[in-house]
Amino acid sequence: MITAQAETQGYNLRLYVAGQTPKSIAAIANLKKLCEQHLAGRYSIDIVDLMQNPGLAQHDQIVAIPTLIRKLPEPIKRIIGDLSNTERVLVGLDIEEAGA
Amino acid sequence: MHGTEPKQSSAGRGLEKSPTGIDGLDELTGGGLPAGRPTLICGAAGCGKTLFAVTFLHNGATRFDEPGVFMTFEERPDDVVKNVSSLDYDLSRLIAEKKLIIDHVRIERTEIQETGEYDLEGLFIRLGYAIDTIGAKRVVLDTIEALFGGLTNQAILRAELRRLFEWLKDRGVTAIITGERGDGQLTRHGLEEYVSDCVILLDNRVHDHIMTRRLRVVKYRGSSHGTNEYPFLIDDQGINVMPVTSAGLAHEASQERVSTGIPDLDRMLGGKGFFRGSSILVSGMAGSGKSSVLAQFADAICRGGERCIYFALEESPAQIVRNMRSIGLDLQKWVDKKLLRFMAHRPTLFGLETHLASMHREIESFKPAAVVVDPISSLLSAGAGGDVHAMILRLIDFLKSKGVTAMFTSLTHGDIEQAMTDVQVSSLMDAWLLLYNKESNGEHNRQLYLLKSRGMAHSNQVREFAMTDQGIRLRDIYVGPEGVMTGSARLAQEAKEREQASVRQQDIERRAREFARRRRQIEAQVEELQAQLAEEQKEIDQLAGEAVGEHKRAEDRASMARSRKVAEEREGGYGAAASSLATAKPTRKRSP
Repeated sequence: MITAQAETQGYNLRLYVAGQTPKSIAAIANLKKLCEQHLAGRYSIDIVDLMQNPGLAQHDQIVAIPTLIRKLPEPIKRIIGDLSNTERVLVGLDIEEAGA
Repeated sequence: MHGTEPKQSSAGRGLEKSPTGIDGLDELTGGGLPAGRPTLICGAAGCGKTLFAVTFLHNGATRFDEPGVFMTFEERPDDVVKNVSSLDYDLSRLIAEKKLIIDHVRIERTEIQETGEYDLEGLFIRLGYAIDTIGAKRVVLDTIEALFGGLTNQAILRAELRRLFEWLKDRGVTAIITGERGDGQLTRHGLEEYVSDCVILLDNRVHDHIMTRRLRVVKYRGSSHGTNEYPFLIDDQGINVMPVTSAGLAHEASQERVSTGIPDLDRMLGGKGFFRGSSILVSGMAGSGKSSVLAQFADAICRGGERCIYFALEESPAQIVRNMRSIGLDLQKWVDKKLLRFMAHRPTLFGLETHLASMHREIESFKPAAVVVDPISSLLSAGAGGDVHAMILRLIDFLKSKGVTAMFTSLTHGDIEQAMTDVQVSSLMDAWLLLYNKESNGEHNRQLYLLKSRGMAHSNQVREFAMTDQGIRLRDIYVGPEGVMTGSARLAQEAKEREQASVRQQDIERRAREFARRRRQIEAQVEELQAQLAEEQKEIDQLAGEAVGEHKRAEDRASMARSRKVAEEREGGYGAAASSLATAKPTRKRSP
């Protein structure tokens, strides 16, 4: 059922970072790894560097950095932190652990 | 901070200040909030934190050319704009003119999953972006404590807040951070720990069902500031803090005199009335004519072409105007000419401080030469004992600093002696008129006594106080051997005296007539006696004349006898003896 849903609705994720800080770099790496493991082929990641585009912060209600936003599927979910705790990220994104 | 540079020189201590434009607060803090530093405004819910913050930004944008960023964590921007539109704050226009940015930071704990390390750089970036967009000099964070509700990692949050305040300082913006009052500390999450430059505490207390807002500058690093709790007012014109600006008792003392509007009373005061800028208390029992004295004074001020505010706390303006017509005063005329302004509020409508704050505001805007408060004693019911004294002192100081002559009425109870001590404010007043009713002969008569009048010669006499259709008249009361009398007793006594006087006059006339008659009588008697005297004199003279005649005859006889004796001697001795017998004869006859 989950796979069917995931297949019909791909994951549209946006990660907000601010410059090349260790936390940002870690978050990007963690996210990529996690998506490859669990959402291979049905996700898109959009990384926004607020240092480059500070005006975008207001629109998505960004306060903490890094912030990951699940734009699709609805509803919007947000996860903050360097995404080091994979389990919590999966809960946050509503992804069933395929490996378990 | 170009806009605040002149302020720096006036502050004089090198600490640059950013004026809030809030009446009273800038005086209290010696020029405003510390420029380029964060200020914490804390207080319980509903005490006006957000309004303070918005006012700060609004005034900055409209009056000091300092654009601002309002970062709201609780209310939506639309609501913020709507909430203050009743105060004539047109935030939409400011936003359109790029003088204001409202950014709503919404954090829902349920929507957020925390995984691993994070920081609040996003907030910094948002704020920095907003500041750069309009070149903001002022920033408000309302209420940043919402972050504590949205994020769970307290350690990160606290570290980030510390960094945020440092960052704000580095950016050189003057910031207001609002915080909810917590138990035992100023804010619920201890924000005061981070903001060390200036902390302002707002408070609203309910006493006897009346709420009063107060403000206190808890801390202001590097600047002197008023340390007391100051009442403040939020009304349709915004915020007004009422500091005791003239607490130094340094106000000018005018030599100019102001007529009381009652010529007879002026005469009691050396013919000229009270000093300009003095405070006059008119106290008395109910119905003793206090309001009439006040109205007469207000009328005189307006007649002189000056403005006057009538603070009516018990009667409506229309009622006062109507009632004063009965003593020949047309107050409506002055209202129409905009010389007289009525301010009518029920004393219990709001707290004492609020009353006085609104009075301040009226006085500031109308700039009257005189104010009258009728009655000030009803304010006693609006505040607790000691407060009233302090607040009235504050009002009087304020009025004196403005050179405004003030007349207050005070309702007293009981007899005269009690009335003298009843009023807590009497020592603050420069002059005190005591009105009272005295009962005698089945009627009450009004009397007036000038209990004190600082710095001028004044009559010490009690006067009878009469309200006529020509205004108030004072009459000398009757003081005589029968005691003090007023009213009909005085009239009766005066009539009696007149009668007595006429009786005495008649008596005198009668006596005069009597005397004249007696005089005539005595004079007649004198005349008669003199006539009698003259008669007797005449008789004596006559007798004396006769005696001389006899003597002459005797001599004649003697000479005759001698001549005969000579003849006898010549003829014989017998003739001589007979002649000596004849000479002795008349002497014997005269002696009995």
